[in-house]
Amino acid sequence: MKKVGVLALQGDFAAHAAALERAAAEAVFVRDAEQLDGIDGLVIPGGESTTMLKLMHYDGLLEPLARFGREKPIFGTCAGAILLASEVSCPSQESLALLDIGVERNGYGRQVDSRVTRIVPEAEFVERTGAGKLEAVFIRAPIIRRVGQGVNVLARYQGDPVLVEQGRHLVATFHPELTSDSRVHALFLEKL
Amino acid sequence: MFHFDSEQFRVKVGLAEMLKGGVIMDVTNADQAKIAEDSGASAVMALERVPADIRKEGGVARMASIAKIEQIMRSVSIPVMAKARIGHFMEARILEALGVDYIDESEVLTPADEEHHIAKHDFKVPFVCGARNLGEALRRVAEGAAMIRTKGEAGSGNIVEAVRHIRTIVNEMRKLTVLGREELVHEAKQLLAPLELVEWVAGHGKLPVPNFSAGGIATPADAALVMQLGAEAVFVGSGIFKSTDPSARAVAIVQAAKNFNNPEKLLEASRSLGDAMPGLDVAKMHESELLQTRGW
Repeated sequence: MKKVGVLALQGDFAAHAAALERAAAEAVFVRDAEQLDGIDGLVIPGGESTTMLKLMHYDGLLEPLARFGREKPIFGTCAGAILLASEVSCPSQESLALLDIGVERNGYGRQVDSRVTRIVPEAEFVERTGAGKLEAVFIRAPIIRRVGQGVNVLARYQGDPVLVEQGRHLVATFHPELTSDSRVHALFLEKL
Repeated sequence: MFHFDSEQFRVKVGLAEMLKGGVIMDVTNADQAKIAEDSGASAVMALERVPADIRKEGGVARMASIAKIEQIMRSVSIPVMAKARIGHFMEARILEALGVDYIDESEVLTPADEEHHIAKHDFKVPFVCGARNLGEALRRVAEGAAMIRTKGEAGSGNIVEAVRHIRTIVNEMRKLTVLGREELVHEAKQLLAPLELVEWVAGHGKLPVPNFSAGGIATPADAALVMQLGAEAVFVGSGIFKSTDPSARAVAIVQAAKNFNNPEKLLEASRSLGDAMPGLDVAKMHESELLQTRGW
């Protein structure tokens, strides 16, 4: 069974651990750099990206996380997507820059603009994981405004990419961990 | 009935999920909001006066001024919450139109209605409400609250009431999980809570919405204590900006919420903090001075 770390500084890390277990992986919480040893991949959950960044600085986690990402897969949702992007705007902030994408924070607006919707994924996503629409929960979500070369778009909403991969890394601007659909987590586990 | 599966309710609870493991701090201006954000707060609560000052100065405590809330919303990128008076659905409508991320229908402000709370399912913006026991928590959830927090005794700097409330709620939930169906009907009557919600809690052993703690948290140890007792995140009101070194204390309480299971890290967080806010002995307070008894 694959062992996946869930960064547990703040946010919906418990929901991700439950989703990973539904997708038949072992989930462990990661709060220290030493806990990155011995895991096959890492999830950076939803939460507040600014908050997580402050906490990463406090614990000196940025460099160990970037090093981990140069060797092993990382899956980021929402705040996690912002922390993995190479370029962050509105306002700008630093990031791990492991995927060549540009994200605009709170792209849809504030909480009153949060939404649940059903999106039709790209054919490739269906081939790799199974048929059916994806339920996408957007909460103060970012919008991916630019994707670089080598970034593969697996789903879009209103024309903007919302599920993308580059090499071993995967990013969703929505929250698959808040639904009962395990396909996005299963897709990540395929990368380990 | 309770709209648990409605998309709108899931989105409301979803934001509460994103705030778990973190600290939501009361702030009264943009400078304090920046200090909170820089310390690693997961959200801020915009208000006119912190509870300790409301207690001291008296008078009617209302929703904060719009200019103040807007100034705070402009100054930080983390979610901004604001308080509305209990039952004051028009303050809530104004806060919703302003675009705050969460409304706290709060006993800290002077109640506008002594019988009714706001019908919260009718709003797009999510609500958090205080509770002292399971019955109160489930009545608020039935009305549409997407997050519950213990009331504690706001502005007291005394953790005893928050501990009492979280222990009561956890204990009452645990009891439900071992009762038979017919006993749950009786229990629902005792709790003054809808049977459907009582049955949900009996089946799951937890509240249907995230359960946070508030009211009297003044030190990193206080924050870790309520997290140990089952709170999923903490609100800190007067505890930070009524202490002698707010920046250091804000950082320390954030670290305590994250490392509530790690005494070595809690020790580290508890060093060099300056003085905590002065505290009040809740047991010696007159019933009329208590904020926690507001709410029905």
